[in-house]
Amino acid sequence: MTTPGDLTARLVVGMEVHVELATRSKMFTAAPNLAHRDHYDAEPNTLCDPVVLGMPGVLPVINRQAVEMSMRVGLALGCDIAGTTKWDRKSYYYPDLPKNYQISQYDQPLCIGGVFEIPISDAPDAATKEIRITRAHLEEDAGKLLHEAPGGQAIDGSIVDLNRAGTPLLEIVTEPDFASPEEAVQFGQALRNLCRHLGVTEGIMQKGHMRFEPNINVVIERGGQTYKTPIVEIKNLNSFKAVDGAIRFEYSRQIEDWLETGRVMGAGAKSTRGWDDLKQVTILQREKEDAHDYRYFPDPDLVPVVVDDQWRARVQSQLSELPLARERRYIHELGLVFKDARAILSEPSVTEFFEQTLAEGAEPKRAAAMLLNYGAKRANERGCLINELGIAPEQVRDIADLATADKIGSSAADDLFGHCCDSDEPAHALAEKHGLIQVSDTGQLEGFVEQVLAAAANAKAVADVRGGKDKAIGALVGQVMKLSHGKANAKVVGQLIQEKLQAG
Amino acid sequence: MTTANTADPTQLTLVALRDAITAKQLSAAEATRCYLDRIERHNPSINAFHEVYADRARARADHADAGKLAGPLAGVPIAIKDNLCTDWGRTTCSSRILENFRAPYTATAVRRLEDAGAIVLGKTVMDEFAMGSSTENSAVGPTRNPWNPAYVPGGSSGGSAAAVAANMCPGSIGSDTGGSIRQPAALCGVVGLKPTYGRISRYGLVAFASSLDQIGPFAHNVTDAALLLQAMAGHDPLDSTSANLPVPDYTEQIDQPIDGLRVGIAKQFVSDANHPAMTQAVERASALFRDAGAEIVSIDLPHTKYGIPTYYLVATAEASSNLARYDGVRYGRRAEGVRELVELYSRSRAEGFGDEVKRRIMLGTYALSSGYYDAYYLRALKVRRLIKNDFDAAFKQCDVILGPTTTGPAFRFGEKTDDPLTMYLNDIYTVNANLAGIPGISVPAGLTDAASSSEAQAGGLPIGIQLLAAPFDEGTLLRAARQFEQLAAFSTRKALG
Repeated sequence: MTTPGDLTARLVVGMEVHVELATRSKMFTAAPNLAHRDHYDAEPNTLCDPVVLGMPGVLPVINRQAVEMSMRVGLALGCDIAGTTKWDRKSYYYPDLPKNYQISQYDQPLCIGGVFEIPISDAPDAATKEIRITRAHLEEDAGKLLHEAPGGQAIDGSIVDLNRAGTPLLEIVTEPDFASPEEAVQFGQALRNLCRHLGVTEGIMQKGHMRFEPNINVVIERGGQTYKTPIVEIKNLNSFKAVDGAIRFEYSRQIEDWLETGRVMGAGAKSTRGWDDLKQVTILQREKEDAHDYRYFPDPDLVPVVVDDQWRARVQSQLSELPLARERRYIHELGLVFKDARAILSEPSVTEFFEQTLAEGAEPKRAAAMLLNYGAKRANERGCLINELGIAPEQVRDIADLATADKIGSSAADDLFGHCCDSDEPAHALAEKHGLIQVSDTGQLEGFVEQVLAAAANAKAVADVRGGKDKAIGALVGQVMKLSHGKANAKVVGQLIQEKLQAG
Repeated sequence: MTTANTADPTQLTLVALRDAITAKQLSAAEATRCYLDRIERHNPSINAFHEVYADRARARADHADAGKLAGPLAGVPIAIKDNLCTDWGRTTCSSRILENFRAPYTATAVRRLEDAGAIVLGKTVMDEFAMGSSTENSAVGPTRNPWNPAYVPGGSSGGSAAAVAANMCPGSIGSDTGGSIRQPAALCGVVGLKPTYGRISRYGLVAFASSLDQIGPFAHNVTDAALLLQAMAGHDPLDSTSANLPVPDYTEQIDQPIDGLRVGIAKQFVSDANHPAMTQAVERASALFRDAGAEIVSIDLPHTKYGIPTYYLVATAEASSNLARYDGVRYGRRAEGVRELVELYSRSRAEGFGDEVKRRIMLGTYALSSGYYDAYYLRALKVRRLIKNDFDAAFKQCDVILGPTTTGPAFRFGEKTDDPLTMYLNDIYTVNANLAGIPGISVPAGLTDAASSSEAQAGGLPIGIQLLAAPFDEGTLLRAARQFEQLAAFSTRKALG
């Protein structure tokens, strides 16, 4: 990012992130939750009940699963979990908000303080940075107001889909600790990965499972003076590309605006902007002067949630190793290459499956390579995840062991992986059954070798090998493999050929 | 007609009616028919019922007679206030904005009454959204006091109180946010009970002020009221504020003697401004308790004098938020011919709400506004805590507190409608129980002297005394009330023949 020559500028960004929690039911009622995979494709207004619709006389009831998921995230971020947390009503009128107030947490959030360590770039072993977490609180999502029919046809007026209304939403707020768009994106990706590994969301960006709202301003220095541009909040970004683009755009725009108007941070100077993905620009939505008075007050329909030490300790004890620590362990202790470690960690259920193969005693590098080659290829074909292929962790271990012991070749290992996906039989048995075990018995192989060396068509290759061209041996080995229908142990065949030709 | 009690089921108490039906001396169908006839005859002049479910009631009565409705209220007809949702009929809160609203669910309290065998005859007229003390703030016309149709029945559960007073049902259900059961009970000469906050589920009760609202019964006597409470009380997973505590058998202990009971009298509940009949009734009640072996104790409730302003801040603040959902978008009245969103909101609400509701929404919105919250709402919460502390301290010295339910008897239509503050002062003796969350009951204590009230019919208008008890001590409250009722031997003379 460039700046005019006579000034220096420093970007300051804080982030608010909304995470839709994948509980079975909604935040305050038993209606099914749109953010749960079973209900992703629900028809509009089918995930509703009288509570979602805000009908007269209905009452909210806390979803404890949502509280527990939030505790999991909070604890993973190093937050304190409040012993007592209460619920407040945030009032504003909008047709996608059935009660015309949102149940949220105003001054007693569930999670307070915390630190999240993120890599500052995509490079292997990149330096890390600690991002301070201000708070994380639970609230309910609103529905959606549509200005065209679901098929895209024009309609007169607007329509409301309340499927999303009442979805549990965890809002995570950071301190203004990001100094570049890259850091903000790294944070977003790391947080998404964390939340996916904690099992609180599937984190599908296109579905709005995670929405980012950066607060951006620029500290400008010129002529020994420091100026801070007014803070701008960008609403509802649901891709990392948008996070990156919006922050970059704001950096330039705010410097230009300051050069033009000299406007600096002050009371009432904060504004809200939206991101136009097509034009790649931010657009003013609201000046703070028109900000709502939300009239927060404690929701009298709900009682405070008390988190005792026992509950907190149980959730804490269920937390597994965090993704960044695990990535570093895979690389430095298990010897995985960065790319493979990342790939294994990109899908929590695959990570879990990989860990199971390790628990069965599989050699890590080989197991990872098998999953990411033989497994990924088949998962892609079948449209499922690697852990859903049907192969068992002990089968993976056994294939790895067979390969390490040189009992199967690489193409046989691939085939065996395929057979294991469709059968519960032990990998050894399947290898035998499908004739994949290599022939290493020299007596058996000698006949093939002699046949190949004697053939007139191979005379040139034989001569080449004798003449010291070691590379020519490959063609001869290939011939033997053909004769053995792929079962010959190529290494043993190579040695045999060498011996025969040197002896002859 | 002295023979009426045997010939006419509508002259029976709820327990007597239930016993007659259980003993098959009377069919539920016959009882229901008699009540429906009486409603048809008297409701046009009283306007206690807004909607009557005659066919449904008859069908359920037939079920009861066929032995298909078991339970302690099997075959007993009742009425419910029109802010209790039912998956049949309409639930209007006597408001234009809900004039055609049909709930797809039934309030837990109503479901429990029906599970106990009760038959719901219909829904009763109320002050719109339970905001009022005279039932004059009703979009479907006011209810008239059965003792004298020129007088109000009290409110906001005026229809439920009048329905019992006029023998259109042996018991009914109301809701009490600041006195809306006890005050109309006093003004109509019937028993009215507001249980402890959390004793009965609020699920399906259209909210006015969520931290104060509580459902409760009206009946001709204390035992009948106890039976209705019994059917409704208990924890409900659909209401987080309902108490997860066991429910005692209220009727079992109701006739135990009260000697040794400590009856507290607070100087704050004695005033020269009270009607002389009211003052005499409390003094007489105190003497009766003492003679029955109770100990009379002086108690101090220093902060209750701030009850009215505290109540009108807390209640209006919550109401302004609770009533935000009536916006014409999803259900309820929607203004016609609107072209944009703010117009849809403002015109639907302007057309749908009455003046008193609008006044309270505006007061509550103001009290919660940025810059005023601390001075109004937060301070009200602090005073509310002090009032609660007063009662906690008092109940260390006494078991029940005796005082007036109201300052005097019913007033005439229009007498207080021009001055909201005078109307609000009606609740001066009742609001503190809601702020403290404690149970309270109003029991008939006599009639005003006709001579002192020239326009009253011979025999005057009813007044009631109020008893309060510690949270979840409805058992003691009902026992004390029952004893008073028997000692006072107040003529169970009926408002209508």
